[in-house]
Amino acid sequence: IASITGASAYASLTDDAIAALTGGAEAGEGAITITAPEIAENGNTVPVAVDAPGAVAITLFADGNPTPGVATFKFGPLSASRSAATRIRLATTQNVVAVAKMEDGSFQMAKANVKVTIGGCGG
Amino acid sequence: MASGVKPRVKVPKTAAAGETITIKTLISHKMESGQRKDSDGNPIPRSIINRFTTEFNGENVVDVALEPAISTNPYFQFDAVVPEAGEFKFTWYDDDGSVYEETKSIKIG
Repeated sequence: IASITGASAYASLTDDAIAALTGGAEAGEGAITITAPEIAENGNTVPVAVDAPGAVAITLFADGNPTPGVATFKFGPLSASRSAATRIRLATTQNVVAVAKMEDGSFQMAKANVKVTIGGCGG
Repeated sequence: MASGVKPRVKVPKTAAAGETITIKTLISHKMESGQRKDSDGNPIPRSIINRFTTEFNGENVVDVALEPAISTNPYFQFDAVVPEAGEFKFTWYDDDGSVYEETKSIKIG
């Protein structure tokens, strides 16, 4: 039932949020991976994992949610791998976007499309 | 106001010095997103855990900022280096000002 057009309704909010994070800098690809299911039956709890070797922080966005921010992981000196896994809410079918800030100040970005059967925002 | 909050953490009891271990954490919390409405149509105010940190002997491992898009009962899995015997300290910060803490000690063996 999730419509394709509906999914992009909040996408510009995500673009704005990413631009605010990177300061408008172009984000590269390849040094970050995001793992999410292709189809999530229940949008209330969708497992997502990110891995970006050499990252100091990774921020997750969901471009079809009413608010795009999901979480920011900052890695300290005792963090072994620059990776983490959590469970997130997705309101509808959409892209989950991970943006990593690398040690040299550059940014890396990866996207994963998740089809959601039942939305996760209680509405 | 959040009731029944209970942290659960899985950390190995022993590790070799310098070894990488995987930590899993979960805390029972309803993570009210602020997007839902009650039966009268009034919005239910947001009430979430907004920050989670892990330290080992005072040194930071991860520091996570949480938004309402994190699921009920926030779960995190990540890797940490164990340079010596000591104690992991996990801290969750609630919107209502509550702070929940859990510690796990680890031996070198």
